[in-house]
Amino acid sequence: MAHHPGLTAPTDPVPGVRLRGLHRAFGGRTVLDDIELDIAKGEFTALLGHSGSGKSTLLRAVGGLDGAAAGRGVVEVPEPSAVVFQDARLLPWSRVLDNVVLGLPGPRAAALARGRAALAEVGLAGKERAWPGTLSGGEAQRAALARALVRSPELLLLDEPFGALDALTRIQMHSLLRNLCARHQPAVLLVTHDVDEALLLADRVLVLADGRFSLDLPLGGPAGPGRRGSAEFTELRERLLRALGVPEEDRS
Amino acid sequence: MATTEARTPSAAPSAPRRRVPGPGGRRRIPFARALGPLLLLATWQLCSVTGILDPQTLAPPGAVGQQARELLISGQLGHHLWVSLQRAALGLAFGATTGVLLALLAGLSRLGEALIDGTAQLFRALPILALVPLAILWFGIGEEVKIILVALGTFFPIYVNTHAALTGLDLRWAELAATVGLNRRQFLRRIALPGAAPGFFTGLRLAVTVSWLVLVVSEQINAASGIGYLMEQARTFGQTDVIVVGLVVYGLLGLASDTLVRLLERRALQWRTTLG
Repeated sequence: MAHHPGLTAPTDPVPGVRLRGLHRAFGGRTVLDDIELDIAKGEFTALLGHSGSGKSTLLRAVGGLDGAAAGRGVVEVPEPSAVVFQDARLLPWSRVLDNVVLGLPGPRAAALARGRAALAEVGLAGKERAWPGTLSGGEAQRAALARALVRSPELLLLDEPFGALDALTRIQMHSLLRNLCARHQPAVLLVTHDVDEALLLADRVLVLADGRFSLDLPLGGPAGPGRRGSAEFTELRERLLRALGVPEEDRS
Repeated sequence: MATTEARTPSAAPSAPRRRVPGPGGRRRIPFARALGPLLLLATWQLCSVTGILDPQTLAPPGAVGQQARELLISGQLGHHLWVSLQRAALGLAFGATTGVLLALLAGLSRLGEALIDGTAQLFRALPILALVPLAILWFGIGEEVKIILVALGTFFPIYVNTHAALTGLDLRWAELAATVGLNRRQFLRRIALPGAAPGFFTGLRLAVTVSWLVLVVSEQINAASGIGYLMEQARTFGQTDVIVVGLVVYGLLGLASDTLVRLLERRALQWRTTLG
C-alpha cells in the first residue's frame, strides 16, 4: 500500500463512521430519508430531535441493532463499538464486574483486570461484587459506561443515557463522560432530546427532522460548562431550539 | 382553647389511631403454630383411651410411636424409605433434565417451539395418574415404571414454568447480547439459563410435590418395597398404626424436600433475595 499513496484498500479499518444513503421506513412512513453522515475518530457528535424523529432508529442502524436497515445504503462503522442504552441494562443475576466484562474476548483473568480498572475509572471501585439491583440509577449507568469503555471502543453509541437520571446525577455523569471521551478518543454519537446536554458535551450537534438533518452545527472550543453563558452559547441554543420547533415564548 | 394549650404544652396533637383490619390483639400466643396440631393429638389420644376410636379404625398415638420405633429398629422403615427416596430422586432427576432441555429447545428455536411446545401443551392436560394402567402394561411392575411415572409427572411443571420464563425474557437482553458480541453458547450461559432460573425453581417446587404424589399411588398399586408398599401391606393386615407411620413419613418427606428446594432456590437466586 505504501507504494500507492492516494489509494486506500477497501479492507482498511474504517477510521470513523461513514453513512451514505441510509434509508429506513416503518410501515410506509419514512423515518430516515437518504441519510449521509461522517463522524471522525475522536469527534463527539450529538443528535437532537423530537421523540419519534428517528434519532434512536439512526443510532440502532449504526449500532447494527436494526436488522431491517442493513443492506439499505452504506453503513461503515469502526470496530469495536459499544452501546450505552437509556436503561443501564445490567444483567440482574450477574455481579457488577461480571456485567462489565460480559462477552469480553481473551483470557478471563486479563478481562477481569480490565473490568476492575474500568470500574475504578467510572468511580465504582469496591462495587465489583455488588448485585446490579442494589445500585442507584447513577451507579448503574456508570457500570454501563464501564461496560462500554472496557471494550476500548472506536465508536461509542449513547442512546439517551442520562434520560432517566435526576438532575444532580446527570451533571456528574456529564463531566465523567467528557473526561472519559477526552481520554479514550472514540467517535461518539449521543442521541438526546436535551439541547443543553448536547451543547455542553458535543463537538458538533445535528438536528434530525422529517428523516433528514435539518441542522449540522460544529461547536468551537473545548466542551464543558465553560461554554455556558457566552453570547455564542445563547445564540446556538436559540438556533437549536428554533430548529426543533420550540416556540419563542417557551425557550427559557 | 388557648389556656388549655398553655397548660399542657407537651401534649402533641396525636394522630387518631387507625384500626388495622385483620386479627386484633397484639399479644402473641406462645407456640401459636404448634397449638392446633397439639390439640388434635390430644383429642386423638382422648378418643382412643375412652374407646370412641376403635384401634381398627385408627391406632392410638402411643401405638403409632411404638410401631415407628420397632420399624426403625428392625431396619424395615429405613429400607423402604431408602427405596422410595431413590425412586423419587431418580424420577425427578430424569423429569427435571428433560424438562429443562426441552424447554430450552422450545424456547430458543422456532422449530423446537413448533415441535415440542404444542405437543407438551397437549399432554399437559392429561392427569398423570391416568397413565398408570398403560404404564403397567408397557413397563410391567418393576422399578422402571415407578421412575418413569415420577419422571413424567415432574417433567410437565418444570417444562412449562421454565419455558414460560424463557419466552418471557426481555428482548432487551438479546439486544445487549448483540452489542457485546455474545455467541450462542455464551448467550445460553449468561442470559438464557439464569433468566429462566426463577421459572425453573417454581416448576421444581411443584414437581417435588408431584413426585411424592405419583410415588404414593404407584407404590401402592404395584410394588414389593417402598413406603407405599409398607402401607398397602399394613392395610391387608389391618395395621392402622403402620399406615399412620407411613403417612407421617410421607408428610415429613414432603416437608423436607420442599425446604431443600427453597434453600436451593434462595442460593441460586441470591440476586433477587438481596434486594429485599
